[in-house]
Amino acid sequence: MSAAERTVRPVSIASFAQSQNVRKDDERNEVEGLMPVIAEVFGNIGITKDDVGFICSGSTDYLIGGPFSFVMALDAVGVWPPKRESHVEMDGAWALYEAWVLLQEGEIDAALVYSFGRSSLGDLNEILTLQMDPYYEAPLWPDIVSLSALQARALIDAGKATEADFAAIASRSRRDALSNPKAQVAKDVSPEVLLQDEYVVAPLRRHALPPITDGAAAIVLAAGDKAREWSDRPVWITGFDHRMETHSLGARDLTSSPSTAKAAEMAGVASGKVDVAEIHAPFAHQEIIVAEALGLDDSVVINPSGGPLAANPLMSAGLIRIGEAAERIRSGKADRAVAHATSGPCLQQNLVCVLEGE
Amino acid sequence: MADSEVLHAEHRLEYPYSRSTGPIIGAFLTALRDGRFLGATGSNGSIIVPPTEYDPITSDDVGELVEVGPGGVISSWAWVSTPLRKHPLQTPFAWALITLDGADTAMLHAVDAAGPDDLATGTRVTARFRPASERIGSMADIEAFVVEGGAA
Amino acid sequence: MADETTAGPVTTLATPIRLDFDFTPGVAQSRFLRGLEQGKFMGQRCPSCGKVYVPSRGSCPTDGVPTTEDVLLSNVGTVTTYCVVNVPFAGQSIEIPYICAQVLLDGANVSFMGLIQEIPADQIRMGMRVEAVWVDESELTPSLASVRYFRPNGETDADYETYKEYL
Repeated sequence: MSAAERTVRPVSIASFAQSQNVRKDDERNEVEGLMPVIAEVFGNIGITKDDVGFICSGSTDYLIGGPFSFVMALDAVGVWPPKRESHVEMDGAWALYEAWVLLQEGEIDAALVYSFGRSSLGDLNEILTLQMDPYYEAPLWPDIVSLSALQARALIDAGKATEADFAAIASRSRRDALSNPKAQVAKDVSPEVLLQDEYVVAPLRRHALPPITDGAAAIVLAAGDKAREWSDRPVWITGFDHRMETHSLGARDLTSSPSTAKAAEMAGVASGKVDVAEIHAPFAHQEIIVAEALGLDDSVVINPSGGPLAANPLMSAGLIRIGEAAERIRSGKADRAVAHATSGPCLQQNLVCVLEGE
Repeated sequence: MADSEVLHAEHRLEYPYSRSTGPIIGAFLTALRDGRFLGATGSNGSIIVPPTEYDPITSDDVGELVEVGPGGVISSWAWVSTPLRKHPLQTPFAWALITLDGADTAMLHAVDAAGPDDLATGTRVTARFRPASERIGSMADIEAFVVEGGAA
Repeated sequence: MADETTAGPVTTLATPIRLDFDFTPGVAQSRFLRGLEQGKFMGQRCPSCGKVYVPSRGSCPTDGVPTTEDVLLSNVGTVTTYCVVNVPFAGQSIEIPYICAQVLLDGANVSFMGLIQEIPADQIRMGMRVEAVWVDESELTPSLASVRYFRPNGETDADYETYKEYL
């Protein structure tokens, strides 16, 4: 079934909130970090937890080192009387997808989605190795930076990018982040200066890596009358899809992203002009791959928020892309936006969400 | 509450997982222990190395196992000048995706080389196995790959 | 083991995981733990429903609002329910059988788990009034290890009506 043949119930991004993105939030536990975000996402539109019929969260226990930490996190919402609730061990963008699917059923009209994660508590390189194939890859402890560097090298060898391109993306991201008060890394620095950075794992220099970020984010989805009641200019989800590729790293063409392209096709990205794209490309070179897979032309404004190179709170950075894209529409700076989220090594899994204003 | 009153503690999470290998992965690891490489025949005739129980592209069952390697070609690589504590080599090395001779997919492993100038995409490498007495049926039975005909 | 002629096929693979974290319990739980270091139980009250949580994680899990008011709780409480452990397990440091009970401290609205000692296991009962026995002052730490155990304090059992909603 193509995107055009699908019948979707209009669902809007009614509210978005995110924490300050910081290198290390070591004063608060997960609940204490989430509560202000939940309060803000409800407060933006003057509702309470009693106004949502479903709660879905995205997080991973390995970040905190505590099994079932997502259960404890529910204390930040207060799930009494008993709430309909779910959790995905994925970025919050996938939790948003689950909530969107549930809203399609028509039984409920609003949902809360949130995500959280402190990347600073453990050794991120070791933690992220646990997402690799446990037989063939994880026993060697390949870190995410090295794996991304393999992808960057493949891109360079294929003639699709240069190190200068990576620096240009990092430079633009950090400059754009100057206008994002929630960003962690924001500065005006030229690509030429960035190219003097040391290699972390060649061919990736320091600037091509995302910062290590602690943060949380939340979105309220609304359908039907509630969407109009809670917003003067609803931002509608008009296409939504996610796809994944094989777990076998060496069986993939790392220079392209067929899963992004398929998700974009199913979400109907090409059925209208795209004004802005928020791309969840944690490593600079990945933006080139995703932009190509999404079919974006040079007129599209990419990551005006600064994107994940300015703040990369694990498990939230994808959800934030959707929230930031929605805010561009709500503020009138764009009419149609594409938000992308990724998970897994080297863009293994990808999600595409198309947003439109009225 | 003053900041200093928030407590911190070292916390170690430890799981001694032991995984069943199943017939395909088990055969591959058994061959590694013997110092050999096996690949699985995919549904379109391609040879998948390291072998999975299913064709990663078509999801069909795989066919017979065939011997491949031990030499191969680097299809991408990344130079690590400062190894992390759990990396397979503790001296500067390269991660590489290596397509073994006879294989159609690449496997991830470390390449032991003097420096990045010795490596390029397309460089031929070969496996350097640990001594037979130390091999247990694990990816770590391969100490590293080395440049074919090189000093290492 | 690597002798080709005798070694059987590989059927399992050990894949141990060991990760190290810098854990922080956050502001509210630190307050509880700092209280233990001083030999006292500190809870927090929900500004919305008025319930007192011990330990508090910083929020009211019912209302989802921050718990900001600190409440010093009693050293005495009521056994709401219990079990008697007869099963030996690795790392066990207490002689079996022993009593593990939920204790509702006076002034709190949630119970928490405690060891009951100084009473034969077959004499424990719901409603029993117990008091905390702390380690020596010099051994107090910000940890539940500061509470050695609870023991009967000799008071008349609590009326069921006073704790039935905390079971």
